[in-house]
Amino acid sequence: MTAPIVETRSLEMRFKLPTHFLNRHKPVLHALSGVDISITPGESFCVVGESGCGKTTLGRAIMGLLTPSAGEIYFRGTRIDQMDEPTRKPIRADMQMVFQNPYASLNPRRTVFDTLAEPIQHLMPEMSNAAVRTQVEDVLDATGCDQSWQRKLPHEFSGGQRQRIAIARALVTNPAFIVADEPISALDVSIQAQILNLLSDLQATRGLTYLFITHDLSVVKHFGTRVAVMYLGQVMELAQAEDIFARPKHPYTRLLLDAIPKLTGGSFDKPRQPGELPDPVNPPPGCPFAPRCSMVQDRCRAERPKLRPIAGSPTIAACHFAE
Amino acid sequence: MPLLEITDLHVAFPRGKKDEVEALRGVSLTLEKGERLGIVGESGAGKSMLAFAILNLIAEPGRVSNGSIRFDGQNLLEMSERDIRHIRGNRISMIFQDPMVTLNPVLSIGTQMIETLKAHRNISTRDARRLCIDKLKLVAIPSAESRLDAYPHELSGGLRQRVVIAIALLTDPEIIIADEPTTALDVTIQAEIMSLILQLCRDHDMGLILITHDLGVVAEVTQRLMIMYAGVCVETGPTQRLIDSPSHPYTSGLLKALPQNAERGQPLYQIPGSMPPITALPSGCAYHPRCEFATGRCQAEVPDLTDGIACFHPLKATAEAAS
Repeated sequence: MTAPIVETRSLEMRFKLPTHFLNRHKPVLHALSGVDISITPGESFCVVGESGCGKTTLGRAIMGLLTPSAGEIYFRGTRIDQMDEPTRKPIRADMQMVFQNPYASLNPRRTVFDTLAEPIQHLMPEMSNAAVRTQVEDVLDATGCDQSWQRKLPHEFSGGQRQRIAIARALVTNPAFIVADEPISALDVSIQAQILNLLSDLQATRGLTYLFITHDLSVVKHFGTRVAVMYLGQVMELAQAEDIFARPKHPYTRLLLDAIPKLTGGSFDKPRQPGELPDPVNPPPGCPFAPRCSMVQDRCRAERPKLRPIAGSPTIAACHFAE
Repeated sequence: MPLLEITDLHVAFPRGKKDEVEALRGVSLTLEKGERLGIVGESGAGKSMLAFAILNLIAEPGRVSNGSIRFDGQNLLEMSERDIRHIRGNRISMIFQDPMVTLNPVLSIGTQMIETLKAHRNISTRDARRLCIDKLKLVAIPSAESRLDAYPHELSGGLRQRVVIAIALLTDPEIIIADEPTTALDVTIQAEIMSLILQLCRDHDMGLILITHDLGVVAEVTQRLMIMYAGVCVETGPTQRLIDSPSHPYTSGLLKALPQNAERGQPLYQIPGSMPPITALPSGCAYHPRCEFATGRCQAEVPDLTDGIACFHPLKATAEAAS
């Protein structure tokens, strides 16, 4: 088995919430409670879940935008979560990020060239101006952007074009690993396909590894190699992309699949009961999904299930009763 | 006679001193009592503009420059602001995209609901309160009585949108216009909300105009479908028929671009380019620069909507000619 490019071990992230100074109770939000994933080079590792499940926090922690409260993060075998900034800087060129909303992620007062040149100038200061220029031109070609865009400002572009520029910015330092946080959910349907195809093409030509954060399982079906389904800061199921659709093991995965609107219609005919994430400040003692689960038993409310292999499949799931 | 009938609706916005641009360029539709119609298009296609026009809510300097909107025999465009208030929010209600923006954050749910009722009915506060609780129960909000005193920020996104639906239902409307009601919500919550809307429409014989960009959602909920592109309707017909065998290249392109329809490992079908802004529409059929079947005629002439399709080269005819 090839060595993982990115690995997290019992990753935890806690946020202290603001309190009144007279209040002795200090609430803590558990955004991630013990996440172990390992991403193999060349794969598209997808993280899915509802908002508030911790998928974005996971991406940001791996990128070093957040400092974990506990646990370890490795990049190509080197521990990176406690590195100081000068040691980490060369690694940053190898890990880049694409954000959800290209209207917010591009500086409106910078030209496309300035936006694309900055990561190189900052992370690879040894590069000459001419080399920076060539690098920017190459990456614009690779992402299907026109060279004339270099002197333009973000407001001159449509959403799809902006997302191409954001992808170009992530690629300009020739990274090996990209965290894409909902890169297509702010785009129109006809543009989503263009961006997904671009990401697949880039993966094929540049050998990229993706951590693809999404709430849309149909994207996973097309694009993903492995999927981690997250719920309240924990991985509930980790499986091959094909298996998650053909043989979902965790009841939460089934709930997610069941919620996708089908083009054939008919699956919204039954009324559904309101269900939502439990309060991450006071998570329930047992399985976090127990309050919404259709097959809940007493044991689920008392004992938190651990990720365990499911007999006869490569899937692992955190459920007492999954089989 | 249909309950709602829109004929050749044009909405124009001034550009400069004398010139005007049209956001809607001749849209016609009918809605029978209890019928569910889906309007699908990308951002900028004019679908929300259409909803606003129905309720006479086009903001200055925009204006309805041509056409008629007949509801129950009356032309809404010729009505005084006073008269239209008996219809808007009363016989035709609206549900908007983001419940956090729709609800007033400084008023309790109850205050906002009772206010709506009193605007349309001569009713005592006590009776209004009782009716509000009934409607909150109807949309499956747990412990409805106590929720009446809650403020919007105390509720989750899904519950907030349920409250918005309850407010829309207060006056027992004949038509509900829902503009992207679940776009801001998670898939699981979307499934809950859309199945609730579907069930309410069926139980109360209520008409629905559902505006969305999600073909899966319209397939689940609506009976008839209208596809909009750059201010015109390009194709309309029974929902399942349109999804199973689309005739317009744009409809077919949208469906083919969905990741759930694609083969794994194969690139997704992509419609090239993006929708033109209404200020820079191409000549002839607005879709022709993106269309793979476009000919000289498409550049020169604007196709009319005949038999539910506005295209000179509908796909079925092309397939028949080829075989």
